[in-house]
Amino acid sequence: MEALTSILFHGLAYAMVLYIVSVGLAVTMGLMGFVNLAHGVFAMAGGYVTVTLMNGYGVPFGLALLAAFIITALISVVLERTLYARLYGASELDQVLFTIGLIFMSVAAVRYLWGPLPQPVHLPAMLSGQVDLGFRSFPTYRSFMILVGFVLIALLWLLVERTNFGAQLRAAVDNRRMAESIGIDTRRLFSCAFALGSGLAALGGGLGADILAIYPGYASEYLVYFLMVVAIGGLGSLRGPFVAALLLGIGDTACKYLVPQLGAFFVFAAMIALLLWRPAGVFGRA
Amino acid sequence: MSPVDALIRRHRLRAIELLPWIIAVGGYFAFADYLPLGSQILIMILFALSLDLVLGYAGIVTLGHSAFFGVGAYAAGIYAARVSGEPLSGLLVGAVAAGAVGWGSGMVILRTQGLALLMLTLAVTALLAEAANKASFVTGGADGLQGVDISPIFGVFRFDLFGRTAYVYCLVVLFLAWLFARHLVHSSFGQSLIGIRENLVRMHAIGSPVRRRLLAVYTIAAALAGVAGALLAQTTQFVGLTVLGFQRSGEIVIMLVFGGVGRLYGAFVGATLYMIAQDQLAKMDPEFWYFWIGLLLVLLVMFARGGILGLLDRVVRR
Repeated sequence: MEALTSILFHGLAYAMVLYIVSVGLAVTMGLMGFVNLAHGVFAMAGGYVTVTLMNGYGVPFGLALLAAFIITALISVVLERTLYARLYGASELDQVLFTIGLIFMSVAAVRYLWGPLPQPVHLPAMLSGQVDLGFRSFPTYRSFMILVGFVLIALLWLLVERTNFGAQLRAAVDNRRMAESIGIDTRRLFSCAFALGSGLAALGGGLGADILAIYPGYASEYLVYFLMVVAIGGLGSLRGPFVAALLLGIGDTACKYLVPQLGAFFVFAAMIALLLWRPAGVFGRA
Repeated sequence: MSPVDALIRRHRLRAIELLPWIIAVGGYFAFADYLPLGSQILIMILFALSLDLVLGYAGIVTLGHSAFFGVGAYAAGIYAARVSGEPLSGLLVGAVAAGAVGWGSGMVILRTQGLALLMLTLAVTALLAEAANKASFVTGGADGLQGVDISPIFGVFRFDLFGRTAYVYCLVVLFLAWLFARHLVHSSFGQSLIGIRENLVRMHAIGSPVRRRLLAVYTIAAALAGVAGALLAQTTQFVGLTVLGFQRSGEIVIMLVFGGVGRLYGAFVGATLYMIAQDQLAKMDPEFWYFWIGLLLVLLVMFARGGILGLLDRVVRR
């Protein structure tokens, strides 16, 4: 029982980070069919901005996260306009190569600027320690992460389901040509979605700095996990990746807790099985 | 000229196709101090050549080709450490093991396309890397496989300290593999692969057994990659976890793309230049080497699709 709640709790916190980082990838891949392997780079950038602002300039955690969101979103929109946009409709191989190029460049640049070691995260006093929920106590930081995760999901849901922007986005994902022909500017829409997705990734990177360590290998090492969330969850929806992140977060935590000698083996095997069963993702539309 | 004539003409060996071999043999005498690097280059050429069959000819975008290189390296390494140090049977063990993994995984993952396929190639590699990491009682885990002792080839040619035997050994294996690959891509089987790459729906429509063809080439390429891995294990007498990493899969794709995809010789040009540049630049600034590679890759995609040979083609035609 004790172990079960631990697994569920830590798995949930992990799943939240995975979801916040990956949801933007699901939307951009669904919208433009762009294989963006460099999505993790934006999460890494967010992590480094957060940690640097906190450790170097004493900026409070919340403010640093906000700054990470804004800075990364701005960088990403510049990249999108200047480089990504030229490769829409290019072959899969070209997109893969281009984004691998971005990963290599960012990894080298980050190693040059910050060194090869993982960045230490000094949490504010308010978030360290434990919080007592009556039947047992939980680490405050992870509880905070879960809370922020749910708030973000609620906001995202409101944005996509209840605003004009969201309606346009859904229309463009469903049928881009039709959306264009009724006057929706899909290029602008995509830039916005790309910036939002990258900003969220940055937020996830900063927020999850304690779970997914901020170091130069970030963008390539965790890439498999981000892609897994998208591939299993299916493209172009909010719900699919969430369920996939839950499965992955809790499954991975459970495996590492219960059978540490097998490590991530089960997770990869389960993913292969899931993708064979539903190649377009478990919740994706084929 | 009829298409049949064109095919026959393409199959006939042209003089320029001997150039890589003249350079490779000349290199043995000209760069006697660099033979270990030379062997590495030859191994990477073989690895890139096997990838070209899958990526260039069949059009399967894979980020998991290092899986087969790694399986070949581990199989040959473990065979040498536990069973026998005889090198040629070791190569065969590497090829068979990698081919079997290629066949098994191909049977499963080649049902899918696009993102799912890309993911599955990555997942298979991640799975094998995790397995190699955890099964440290046979693979040595993170410390690498120790005790790989290779006996002389045919009981005569010992692997010497200067890498002379290793170089010649790699060169002969690569030459045979090249003959095989060249024959393969010019055969009707090779032509059907190009057809699948160019127009999948039409190949289905004319009754080509698409999945069987893809599985066949995937298995063959896996076995060749396994031979490359086995060569690495035998010539360096060590196998580490990096043979299975994402980094290696990415690098081999980059080498091939720099040279030119789907041309058979892109592997030769790309792998040679990449390895030499890495050897030279990494000495000056190992950390920043990947930055330049990344930048070059972005520029390549933006301005020079087709790689170095593609650029040459364009220059020659003009």
